[in-house]
Amino acid sequence: MATLEKPYKPPVVAPGHDTATVTDKISSVVLQRTPKWWFIGFGISFLLLMGFLFGVTWLLLKGVGIWGVNQPVGWGFAIINFVWWIGIGHAGTLISAILLLLRQEWRTSINRFAEAMTLFAVACAGMYPVLHLGRPWLAYWLFPYPNTMGMWPNFRSPLVWDVFAVSTYATVSALFWYVGLIPDLATLRDRSKNRFWQIVYGFGSMGWRGSAAHWHNYETAYLLLAGLATPLVISVHTVVSFDFAIGIIPGWHATIFPPYFVAGAIYAGFAMVLLLSIPLRVAFGLQDFITMRHLQNMAKVMLATGLIVLYGYIMEFFFAWYSGNHVEQFTFWSRINGPYRWHWYGLIFCNGVAPQVLWLRRFRTSPFWLFLVALIVSVGMWLERFVIVVTSLSRDFLPSSWGMYAGTKWDWMIYVGTIGLFLSLLFLFIRFLPMISIFEMRTIVPGTTGEPSLGGEYTEVPR
Amino acid sequence: MDSDPGVTGKGVTGKCGAEAARRPGEGEPLDVAAVRERLREKKGPEFWRSLDELAVTPEFEDLLHREFPRHVTEWPEGVSRRGFLQLASASLALAGLTGCTKQPLEKIVPYVRQPEQVIPGRPLFFATTLTHAGYAMGVLAESHLGRPTKIEGNPDHPASLGATDAYAQAALLTLYDPDRSQEIVRNGRTGTWSGFASEVNAALRARQPLGGEGIRLLTGTVTSPTLTAQIREILTRFPNARWHRWEPAGGHQEHAAAQRAFGRPVTTRYDFTKADVIVSIQSEALTQSPGNVRYQRDFAARRRVRGGHPAGLPDGSAAMNRVYCVESVPTSTMTVSDHRLLLPPAEVEGFVLALAQALGAAPASNTVLADAKSTAWLQAVVEDLQAHRGTSLILGDEYLSPAAQVLVHAINQALGNVGSTVIYTDPVESDPVDHMESLRALVADMNAGRVEMLVMLGSVNPVYTAPADLGFAKALEKVGLRIQHGLYMDETSEYCHWHIPAAHELESWGDARAFDGTVSVLQPLIDPLFGGKTESEILAVFSDRPDTGSHDLVQAYWKTQLPGQVPKDFDAAWQAVLHDGLVQNTQLPPIGVAVAGGAAQAAAGEILAGLAEARAQKDRVTLLFRPDPTIHDGRYASNSWLQELPKPITKLTWDNALVLGPATAQRLGLKVEETVELTVDGRKLKAAVWILPGQAESTAVLTLGYGRTRTGHLDASGREDVGVNGAVGRGFNAYALRTSNALWAAPVEIRRIGERYQLACTQNHHALDPQGNEDQLASVEAERREVIRKTTLAALSKDTAVIQEEREKPGEHDTLYPQYDYSKGHAWGMAIDLSVCTGCSSCITACQAENNIPVVGKDQVLAGREMHWLRIDRYFEGDMDDPQIHNQPIPCMHCETAPCEVVCPVAATTHSHEGLNDMVYNRCVGTRYCSNNCPYKVRRFNFLRYSDRTSPLAAMMYNPDVTVRMRGVMEKCTYCVQRIEQAKIESKIDDDPGHEKIPVNTLQTACQQACPTHAIVFGDINDKAWEVTQWKADPLNYGLLEELNTRPRTTYLAKVRNPNPRLEAAAGAEDGSAEERTSHGHS
Repeated sequence: MATLEKPYKPPVVAPGHDTATVTDKISSVVLQRTPKWWFIGFGISFLLLMGFLFGVTWLLLKGVGIWGVNQPVGWGFAIINFVWWIGIGHAGTLISAILLLLRQEWRTSINRFAEAMTLFAVACAGMYPVLHLGRPWLAYWLFPYPNTMGMWPNFRSPLVWDVFAVSTYATVSALFWYVGLIPDLATLRDRSKNRFWQIVYGFGSMGWRGSAAHWHNYETAYLLLAGLATPLVISVHTVVSFDFAIGIIPGWHATIFPPYFVAGAIYAGFAMVLLLSIPLRVAFGLQDFITMRHLQNMAKVMLATGLIVLYGYIMEFFFAWYSGNHVEQFTFWSRINGPYRWHWYGLIFCNGVAPQVLWLRRFRTSPFWLFLVALIVSVGMWLERFVIVVTSLSRDFLPSSWGMYAGTKWDWMIYVGTIGLFLSLLFLFIRFLPMISIFEMRTIVPGTTGEPSLGGEYTEVPR
Repeated sequence: MDSDPGVTGKGVTGKCGAEAARRPGEGEPLDVAAVRERLREKKGPEFWRSLDELAVTPEFEDLLHREFPRHVTEWPEGVSRRGFLQLASASLALAGLTGCTKQPLEKIVPYVRQPEQVIPGRPLFFATTLTHAGYAMGVLAESHLGRPTKIEGNPDHPASLGATDAYAQAALLTLYDPDRSQEIVRNGRTGTWSGFASEVNAALRARQPLGGEGIRLLTGTVTSPTLTAQIREILTRFPNARWHRWEPAGGHQEHAAAQRAFGRPVTTRYDFTKADVIVSIQSEALTQSPGNVRYQRDFAARRRVRGGHPAGLPDGSAAMNRVYCVESVPTSTMTVSDHRLLLPPAEVEGFVLALAQALGAAPASNTVLADAKSTAWLQAVVEDLQAHRGTSLILGDEYLSPAAQVLVHAINQALGNVGSTVIYTDPVESDPVDHMESLRALVADMNAGRVEMLVMLGSVNPVYTAPADLGFAKALEKVGLRIQHGLYMDETSEYCHWHIPAAHELESWGDARAFDGTVSVLQPLIDPLFGGKTESEILAVFSDRPDTGSHDLVQAYWKTQLPGQVPKDFDAAWQAVLHDGLVQNTQLPPIGVAVAGGAAQAAAGEILAGLAEARAQKDRVTLLFRPDPTIHDGRYASNSWLQELPKPITKLTWDNALVLGPATAQRLGLKVEETVELTVDGRKLKAAVWILPGQAESTAVLTLGYGRTRTGHLDASGREDVGVNGAVGRGFNAYALRTSNALWAAPVEIRRIGERYQLACTQNHHALDPQGNEDQLASVEAERREVIRKTTLAALSKDTAVIQEEREKPGEHDTLYPQYDYSKGHAWGMAIDLSVCTGCSSCITACQAENNIPVVGKDQVLAGREMHWLRIDRYFEGDMDDPQIHNQPIPCMHCETAPCEVVCPVAATTHSHEGLNDMVYNRCVGTRYCSNNCPYKVRRFNFLRYSDRTSPLAAMMYNPDVTVRMRGVMEKCTYCVQRIEQAKIESKIDDDPGHEKIPVNTLQTACQQACPTHAIVFGDINDKAWEVTQWKADPLNYGLLEELNTRPRTTYLAKVRNPNPRLEAAAGAEDGSAEERTSHGHS
């Protein structure tokens, strides 16, 4: 057996860092004075969040009729946004769990805030199924709990599966994220000069002293949680896709939905991680930790999942044709020719055409282009859900019942409002918690791991 | 306040609104000196609350009215409907509900003993009568503890036979409409009945020496014997008084035609049971005339096909009828016709002439018809008619010119139809006059100052409905004393000194004649809610009996008419009349009349002249006026059930529109919902365009009744919310263009304005896709999906199973879920016969009344959120310019494997063991997944709070057996589960224990009961004796979208046509694809 040269990998951390500098750099973000731009950014996000609260208040007072939903399009922005946010969350879990199990060390610099992103996205997503109910105050009826009515939920309904899938996902994601935070919270506790923060971080770190036993337990728990989270990456969006695939409506009733939804979710999720990491690394000068290698890797994942999604689009059309079912064929004819054709064209451009530039290294290594593509993909994934939800419902079986749908100002206010919620949480997160895992970064600083230290100037070496 | 000298005699025309709008402090300064003067003279009130009151300033009046609201003119414009209702209901409650339950003292008896028959929870039914445009329909009114809650047809009444039209169903809403006028108004202020009586008496006394000179009475069509007797009495007392009539959408030209043809007024009625061949020429007699409910029933009896053969009459005689339509605009009759010839109005008249000539009813002349198609068509029709002498029927009435109608009479006579399918009787209308002439004479006299007192009775609203050229409003101002009696404060009320609120028919004693003359009796179900007065009570004032109630007046008349002068005999006879709802054997007997010699000749000449003129100006657009199919002449404008009822064929709600054919619209470059300016004879009107396939070239239609400026308390300003009760529609006032010489058709100029006006259509909402018209795309798709299956009688006679062979029914066991055995007990199902559905929509309104279905308003209809549990789908077939039109009522299908049920996360929609797809409102959290997953889209969601759960009036109206749904819950057709349960309870009480099946055919859903053509049956499909089971066994039976394996319990009987083979062949030769479609796909 010939000795294979180990393939070259660009370093995960720029050279010149040791454990101390890594710790200093990351914890300083939290422990320093709050920069001015943070207030501006948080202020804007918070304003959007207030818009959200206003919209939700009005919604609860008046009913879902303030939205654009109607007959026959009973689901609109709420479900589109729910699927969109849930999808965004997927990258976080994939990065933290699957890449951990696959021992992809480059994940270390991005996993913390990717997980946070997951959590916040799930928080945004989780509100929609409740808000979209006609009587949201009865949402708890979807849970199987013992009650005087003697009623179980209907276990045949995919919405009940959703309840389990999403709540499990939210729980595991939160646990995973928090467990990963514990050693870093201890670091912050130790480094805080302020008594208040010492206490706060002290509570959060749950008495972490860094003993071998702690580390042992920690590693075990983290690995177990990673194992738990891994199937969730696949299951959550599969179940979400069942909301449609179980339905009888042409354009929904398709076996391709689960894999294509999962791929779409990862696609959207990586786009969002890029969208967040590119400005963050500049803002906090973290280029040394979130290197071009990270960006490139994420671009590659996006390209791969994007192609799967594109394949899904093609297959939908193929099967509509191949089924010989006229109603199904008409639905897809209507996607290209019907009143929502511009949404469909937009979706194909955003999700199918635009990301193809990532084949070229020039675009993969340009933060500007990556940011742009990620933005386009995020829009595209939203359009995809719009096309699936709205066009299918608007042109179903009986032509007499065809109808049109458009979001109202309240739809938009609440949608933009959840973006505000997401950003507000994110701003709070980067201000008060280490956005990159300090202790894990320490393990991959050259000299502390099996990774060979290359020394010299950091250069991108094409392979 | 009547004695207030300060305002008496002031012209009040149009001023009350302006005065009311002024707020205290904004008006004239208080004249203290005048107040002092009044106090000294003790002319004012002895006790006073403020100086303002003493001065009787408008500001104080205004304040008083705000404090104690009585009409809504006092509320600022633009007040939301909801806001109004809240205020109105609060004020009703505050007023101790005196407005609601004002009862004569002698009638107040506490329930020391339970009244006989009144059992809480069990309704009582009373036979009574509702009128529409003067003509009676016998109904049974359901009463829950004294509150009328539903109208059913009276099976014993010849105009109903148990069914109703939409107007009768919606009468219930008018009864409880808070917009109805609620007090006597004098010069814009509250008046009293005694004040009215004394003022009228004074005026009468002054006129007595002159024989009543200057006293005028204006009514709509009057058929009531009591009222007629009263009016005759008044006219005897005041020989110089005059009685004028104005029915805006009444039989003007019919009357003129009868006069010309027979030299006397006659009423024409039809016997559709005897008609083998029907030629309907520009006629809506089948679906819009006073006898329409009866006509439709008779017509349908001859149109049904069972077991592959015409079902015919109960005695087994007679074949399926064949219907030809010759018309300019699509009528409901056309949707159940076999052939249709689309011609512009003038050419239709030409066709009548050609037909008369071919049948020898008119002198021959040169070729009248313009093209080969019409000629071939005519030949086929003539042949068919000649083969069915005496059993054919030519319908041609109001919308044909009197000349053409004379020819129609002549044709029917020539074919020997008179006495068989066509029956002439004395006029049903009392003392008939030509309404147009009558109104014209009145206006002329008013202008000449010859009218001193004008009494307008029974909701006539001439200021709004009179032809524009008469200038009625201006003339009215010259009348000394103007009195109006009506259900609503309307355009005319603003010009009147007195407005007396009318009692609703469900609050009145009275009588009226039906289309065939049968005298029907109105008996009240409830005391007048708003203190209304009946017409007889008003007229009694003129006979010096101001305090006689309508009960005594009606009885007094019938005491002279009913057999037996002995009181005891009369009581028995009267009880029988009340029980039956009609006076037996009062149908008018046929009379022998013949078309006068020379009448046909003169008519032919007139038609030829008209035709020549029309052909000279080919591109001129003709504007047709028609009564609106839902709000008629505007009288139902504040009835929101009728406003929101999709109009048959156009499917528009809340508005009328200038309806044009696609070709005409294209030629004029007009788009849907674009506004145009119409000019008729120098008068202008803005209207929005609607494009409807199936209209003749250069023909436009604008229906009457819209563009009201005032009905009830509400003006036409936009409101964001609509409650349970009425609201004024928007739309365009066709009366502004209608002149006395051109009541039904006028040449019009159309000018584009380029503004846009949104129209709320319930079907397709007219979104345009790049391929063109959405309607057309929808129709093509419906055709491909075989939503409407159809065949011809000829094809069926060759192969009775032709529909069955087309069906794609999945196998019995093609389901993942365990099968349920429905074979025990009842299994509910419904079947709908597409061959006979005319799309009249009375089923929809019946469903709305039965099931407490809310009205959502125009904005919500635009958003696609109408709540009707039952809708009638309309599809076009074939040529865009001259398509066939199909109606398909769609209630819930109650699928055995319902897609809605599996997806509901909280099991709020589940299946009953009798096969009902039940909806548990209490359990529903509103995910709307069920609705998304329903392939028929029959589920309806309360997106907002649509139901009125606060207004006491609404609470009175609601059916107590049906939940009023809150916002956020899904609802849908339940197959009237409350009726099923009621029937079960009854049978459990009546039957032996253990033998609790509901007796065969004793249970009807609301839609089935109201359907004039008996197109809907419902019942137990486990029992072969039920009619529904027989329908479902018919070879025409099919399920909608049954290939989805939903196993619908509602099924359809395919639409069967009976085309003339000659015309079918001709059509085939002309259009190969049509031939292929007919022979291959559907025959």
